[in-house]
Amino acid sequence: MAYSVLGKSVPRVDAVAKVTGKAKYTDDLAGNNMLIGKVLRSPYAHALIKNIDVSKAKALPGVEAVLSYQNIPHIPFATAGHPYSLDPNHQDKADRLMLTDKARFVGDAVAAVVAQDELIAAQALQLIDVEYEVLEPIFSPEEAMREEAPLIHEDTPHNILSTFGYQIGDVEEAFSTSNFVFEGDYETSIVQHCHLENQTSFAYVDGEDRLVIVTSTQIPHIVRRIVGQALGIPWGRIRVIKPYVGGGFGNKQDVTIEPLNAAMTLAVGGRPVKIEYSREEAMLDTRTRHAFKYHLKTGISKEGKIEAIHISAISNTGAYASHGHSIASSGGGKFRFLYTPKSIKYEPVTVYTNLPVAGAMRGYGTPQIFFAFESHLDDIARKLQIDPLEIRQKNFVNIGWTDPISKNRVLSCGIRECLTKGQELIHWDEKRVRYQNQTGDKRRGLGLACFSYQSGTYPVNVELAGARLILNQDGSVQLQIGATEIGQGSDTVFAQMVAEVLSIPVREVHVLTTQDTDISPFDPGSFASRQTYVTGMAVQKAAEEVKAKLLDFVWGMTDIPVQALELIDQNVVYKDSGEVVLPLREVALQTYYDPNFAKPITSDTSNNARVNAMSYGVTFAEVEVDIKTGQINVLEIYNVHDSGKIINPLLAEGQVEGGVSMGIGYALSEQLLFDQKTGKILNNNLLDYKLPTILDTPKIGVGFVETEDPTGPFGAKSLGEPPVITPAPAIRNAVLAATGVAFNRLPLNPQRVFEKFRECGLLS
Amino acid sequence: MYNIGGYNEAKTLAEAVTMLAESPQRKLIAGGTDILVKMQHQPVVEQELLSIRKLTELKKIEKREDGTLVLGALVTFTQIANEPILQESVPALVDAAISMGGPQIRNMATLGGNVCNGATSADSASTLFVLNARLHLQSAEGKRVIPIREFYLGPGKVDLKKGEILTEIHIAPEDYRGFSGYYLKFAMRKAMDIATLGVSVACKVKDGRFDEVRIGLGVAGPTPLRCTEAEAYAQGKMMTAEVFAEIARRALTSTHARTSWRASKEYREHLVEELTQRALKVALHRAGGVYHV
Repeated sequence: MAYSVLGKSVPRVDAVAKVTGKAKYTDDLAGNNMLIGKVLRSPYAHALIKNIDVSKAKALPGVEAVLSYQNIPHIPFATAGHPYSLDPNHQDKADRLMLTDKARFVGDAVAAVVAQDELIAAQALQLIDVEYEVLEPIFSPEEAMREEAPLIHEDTPHNILSTFGYQIGDVEEAFSTSNFVFEGDYETSIVQHCHLENQTSFAYVDGEDRLVIVTSTQIPHIVRRIVGQALGIPWGRIRVIKPYVGGGFGNKQDVTIEPLNAAMTLAVGGRPVKIEYSREEAMLDTRTRHAFKYHLKTGISKEGKIEAIHISAISNTGAYASHGHSIASSGGGKFRFLYTPKSIKYEPVTVYTNLPVAGAMRGYGTPQIFFAFESHLDDIARKLQIDPLEIRQKNFVNIGWTDPISKNRVLSCGIRECLTKGQELIHWDEKRVRYQNQTGDKRRGLGLACFSYQSGTYPVNVELAGARLILNQDGSVQLQIGATEIGQGSDTVFAQMVAEVLSIPVREVHVLTTQDTDISPFDPGSFASRQTYVTGMAVQKAAEEVKAKLLDFVWGMTDIPVQALELIDQNVVYKDSGEVVLPLREVALQTYYDPNFAKPITSDTSNNARVNAMSYGVTFAEVEVDIKTGQINVLEIYNVHDSGKIINPLLAEGQVEGGVSMGIGYALSEQLLFDQKTGKILNNNLLDYKLPTILDTPKIGVGFVETEDPTGPFGAKSLGEPPVITPAPAIRNAVLAATGVAFNRLPLNPQRVFEKFRECGLLS
Repeated sequence: MYNIGGYNEAKTLAEAVTMLAESPQRKLIAGGTDILVKMQHQPVVEQELLSIRKLTELKKIEKREDGTLVLGALVTFTQIANEPILQESVPALVDAAISMGGPQIRNMATLGGNVCNGATSADSASTLFVLNARLHLQSAEGKRVIPIREFYLGPGKVDLKKGEILTEIHIAPEDYRGFSGYYLKFAMRKAMDIATLGVSVACKVKDGRFDEVRIGLGVAGPTPLRCTEAEAYAQGKMMTAEVFAEIARRALTSTHARTSWRASKEYREHLVEELTQRALKVALHRAGGVYHV
């Protein structure tokens, strides 16, 4: 279909505001005179808090309040930013207190102060005496599941949070009839989002006695609900405002500082209080990506068809549940849409340990499971001496396939075309021949990995999205959405959708980028790569409604039947001839000021998306391995995506580049490390946590295969998270091709590579 | 968040020395890229600062008539990287300067600060060891000069006496003339990182043989160090693969690597062997020398 603005790389609607510094983030809005809130953290990974003496801290001049579990609400609440579920069995685990009475990881929040400035607050923290009874800490899930292991949460036997798996067909039978059966173990590490803007919020009570929280979040409406639950106050009394946000990657799809911030302002009579996490705090006490251990068993026919897959997974969720229970489950669910063997069994177990809390992070369980399976599949291809490309081609899903569990259907699928495009971009066939039988100190290799993903969370969650559109007097429109722009570009994409439907320039669409739960339409927020797809449906609907009302108004003005009218280039025209009936501006003015018929045109739409669309893609990587130092250099990397119709190619490329760079860090360098004895995090800062710099990032090749998904707005599917899923297994597989050494544990950092090369005899 | 108990700026070196003598508890601040990070992690400790950032007399790089290179303590890493005199005379120091931090840090960080911070990972230090740099120190009591190898006492510990300020770093002509050098920084990232191992080498070639080789290592022990045994061995040797390997093996005897969560002792020692050879080959290449494989 021919579009005028969709599919064009129009500039971001917030570009000028951001580069000129006019875009105001939470801390900009806070100013310099607020009271400051700070948190005292446990030095022990597992300890009962016997007593807290705050008298000395309280006596320090400039201290306004000292908080602990003794004087703030003691209501366990769930932090995960999921849409609320009315089904008690599907609700998130309420295992957290604002300030705990039992420390469950080094860094757990045990007390807090509100003071006149940051320095006084820091000094006051030192004056709080906490009496701990130290308990045995557990850091590995296997240890945690032992019969005699201490319980981290008293109500959770064996420290097992959840075991939501599935079974399709009979794997044991399929293994018995498979020509080959392969097994392998794979392991991923704990990593962190490292969004530019750390968690920051401020809170106060306004003149109407309402609790206002301004926060850097992906989920303002959910924050309102959870703050209400945590403090035991009515949700309607709370107002949450989300200004410009400097990145989230899932870490802000969780409630972290907001309930405590609310408790702080209530403790000082509603005066404004700010919490601003340092990088060290943000890396310690927000969320991380779950480390997984997998055991895979796969049955293959002699034709190379995957007959059966059995996946056992252990997920380390850390000290509190957050999203833990659903991440293992979600990863396994999204995995089902790529290859469709006759039988598949998924047995995940998510376990509490005394480590920082793992939660949502870009990809939500898929980077882990695809690292394991795509690595495993290359190990299989190598043993069977099949081209890694070919074994995948033989097993890809077909359009029309219905998932037996979710009933979601594959209605568009460009994975085959993605593979072919990537194959050409990296010169797969020629280079694979060229790189055979290398013996030098520097060896090159190619690798690839594929993924499937979803657009939103249907049918697991209610996928509501709200959009409100108002036609202004001058023919421009105001667009309000409940979905949050956090840097990914959703506001621009929505503006393009409205501009397309109404045939007006993008600059005539004024998007309110601030979400305010008092004003913004309801939408759970930004997560699950749902904005373009799910919120896009609501935006499209709102624009269509405004268009219909507008043409209907013109019918009333002119007696030209609505079916004869169309909107073209800011004019109402005859549909057939294109002859101008009225300029849009004139109609818009009439909607406000016609003495008899004035009725401003608005739409207030909510859409419940009871559909889902599968997106697909592949990473191709070429590496050079320095055998002597263990350094791996990514020479070329291409991500080719089927995300349906691409609404804004430049923004889409930006998403892919960002995701690939995150994936390279996951593959080669990033890892949150902890002391094996104490559980203290060793590298919660950006010097010691090896987030790649721009110099460590090769030029990233981006390709799109544009399918049209019939369920998506204008054919669009998800793109936000998918780019991060497959760089790690593609790089790992390239290292395997280059050296013959199979790395089954992330990251492939030089120390690890050195050790493994020694083990395999590549180094003496 | 900083707990700054007082802040004064000296206008001249003489004034700085006097102010420090009056209140020796004052901490010197120049570029601030190390001290401010340290202070941020100890907000409860009040710190009184004496800034020497305005002392223009310490910001110069010059080559004296006798060939001595004089670098003021307040010379920044950006200045070093862009200075033609240094590019020509001591390229390894330029390599080291460029390898440090990112552009913003290099604009602020000073050579004197890098040295006085006392870190074994200081990018400038291993090269200054190779260059036999001499440190000029001044206090209210007077001046003294000390070779850099004696200045480093232990991790984060240098021989800076109460009231003393590092003013200049001198490199004698005999320590760089005729030498070719290279600094190889091995780190987990290509920028904004501390070295897992820093290798600085200098070599002089005569009649197809090593006339002199100097090897300085960072992060191979608690302080930067020189590989004296390897250096002694190399003198007069042919430039063959066997000799390179032997130099590298002997370099190990000077090291005191240890296992930390950043890297194991075995890996660091393996890197010393491998990277000493690589650095030496680059230095040799820069000298226009031929390496006999």
